[in-house]
Amino acid sequence: MALVNESAKMEVQDLNAFYGPSRAIQDINLQFADRKVTAIIGPSGCGKSTLIRCLNRLHETAPHAHAEGSVFLDGEDLYRMDPTAVRRRVGMVFQKPNPFATMSIYNNVSAPLRFNTRPSREKMDQAVLRALKQAALWDEVKDRVDAAATSLSGGQQQRLCIARALAGNPEVLLMDEPCSALDPIATSKIEELIAQLKAEYTVIIVTHNMQQAARVSDFTAFMYLGKLIEFGPTEDLFERPKEKLTESYITGRFG
Amino acid sequence: MKFDLAGRRKIFSHGMTVLSGLAIVVIMVPLVAVVYEVFLLGAPVINGAFFTQQIPYPCTPEPGITCHQGGVLVPLEGSLVLIGLSSLLAVPIGIGAAIFAVEYGGERRSARLIGMVADVLSGVPSIVAGAFALSLFIIYDPTQAFSYLDASIALAVLMVPIVTRTCEEALRTVPHSVREAALALGISRWKMTVRITFVSALPGVITGILLAIARSAGEAAPLLLTLGQGCAHPLQGITAEGCALPLWIFYGATNPYQNWYNLAWGCALLLLGLILILSVLSRFTLDWMARRMRGE
Ligand SMILES: Nc1ncnc2c1ncn2[C@@H]1O[C@H](COP(=O)(O)OP(=O)(O)OP(=O)(O)O)[C@@H](O)[C@H]1O
Ligand SMILES: [Mg+2]
Repeated sequence: MALVNESAKMEVQDLNAFYGPSRAIQDINLQFADRKVTAIIGPSGCGKSTLIRCLNRLHETAPHAHAEGSVFLDGEDLYRMDPTAVRRRVGMVFQKPNPFATMSIYNNVSAPLRFNTRPSREKMDQAVLRALKQAALWDEVKDRVDAAATSLSGGQQQRLCIARALAGNPEVLLMDEPCSALDPIATSKIEELIAQLKAEYTVIIVTHNMQQAARVSDFTAFMYLGKLIEFGPTEDLFERPKEKLTESYITGRFG
Repeated sequence: MKFDLAGRRKIFSHGMTVLSGLAIVVIMVPLVAVVYEVFLLGAPVINGAFFTQQIPYPCTPEPGITCHQGGVLVPLEGSLVLIGLSSLLAVPIGIGAAIFAVEYGGERRSARLIGMVADVLSGVPSIVAGAFALSLFIIYDPTQAFSYLDASIALAVLMVPIVTRTCEEALRTVPHSVREAALALGISRWKMTVRITFVSALPGVITGILLAIARSAGEAAPLLLTLGQGCAHPLQGITAEGCALPLWIFYGATNPYQNWYNLAWGCALLLLGLILILSVLSRFTLDWMARRMRGE
């Protein structure tokens, strides 16, 4: 744990998140190590999405939703920063691919630049190229970057969304079950991608799939009924769980 | 017993098929009759002169007298001016109200109020909208009480609720995931609304605008109170008295002179065609843009 502490990119302190009066996550304390992959696992409805949506302040955009507590990014409290500034530093990929249907492939990837920093065309071209390459999509779309984003397959659309998130040059990348709508081949592509991304980015990934968590992550957090039950290096958590609940979950006794 | 029931069901079903067929005929009759009549009476005057000439001297042909057909250039221009001006007023207000209600209102009472106001406004009789616009000018600037400007305000009152309602619906059909995608990229709420959500909703918005235009282009009642008597002179500007196609239908069809009467039917046909084109166009843009968005 000490190792995590020293190089924490993000730190969650006493975080509670609500939908109206009902509390979806309770007193969460957690650190996310810099340039490592942290997986969040747990049964459906335990608050995984809610937790990561607090990390880019997207949670509060849902109707009647609010959060209490602190989340630090490089020691600075997110909830004291401008939410748009937070979201430029903390990118997000959603469960279902959500490209902008009215835009081309190129315009999707360049969206964070065109709408936010407005660099020159040349810089933008470079950023789009880099993001598409990082998302392992370049080879498949290099002849048709002006085609509609919706003309891509589901797996390609998800990688497009990854490219779009990366083009804004974030420091942290949140992924909420990014593979759940994809087939095994597309899934393994994205898993490879995650392994490469951690050289540059802090990755936080929610997944239902424990094998996936074991494969891609350095640290794993297990949540249950809105609470963080156990957190530690992935290997320890899967092989020597400290909590009874964790053990029964990873051995498939519930969830 | 069982067989009997099935038989009765069959008879009932056949009876209903016949009845609904009959219902279709019943609603088709007035439609076909109207189009037929308008076409029959209007088509003879539709020629080059009809679109380019002024209203003629009133005249009825008698032995030894031939009448000048003339044209409806001024009512036609007037209708186009009214469409332009009233859209200029109604479209920004309607779109603005819809954007506020959907994107910014949230659960606030003011957001729901906008929908309610639009509903009430869409029930306002058009003659009342005319009276409203007239009184507005009588109070603030009587010299322009009868003008294109005044009439446009009356028509805009009728258009605003249509634009607001259709635009609201179009914005609500944009999936939440699109908004979340934009927000998660750190795009500001305003830019997201204008350049992503609104663009996604554009087909619906355009349809709404065309529907509103089609509705207001055929209105005569508010024009009777606000447009004055400008059919006999060439167009003089938006603050002068004017004319419009529905207004000329009213004048021409209610006077005894044959050539004016004929032109009124020509106007009726023109107006019908215009509204038909607008409806088809709105359908077409909707389909075309929907297809483009699906990337076909
Ligand atoms: N928009 C919302 N409004 C009200 N309650 C919500 C909303 N979203 C989630 N919840 C509730 O909050 C709790 C946590 O939901 P969350 O989506 O974070 O779970 P999850 O762990 O991501 O589940 P899954 O694995 O199914 O995606 C659930 O009880 C859910 O019913
Ligand atoms: Mg979830």
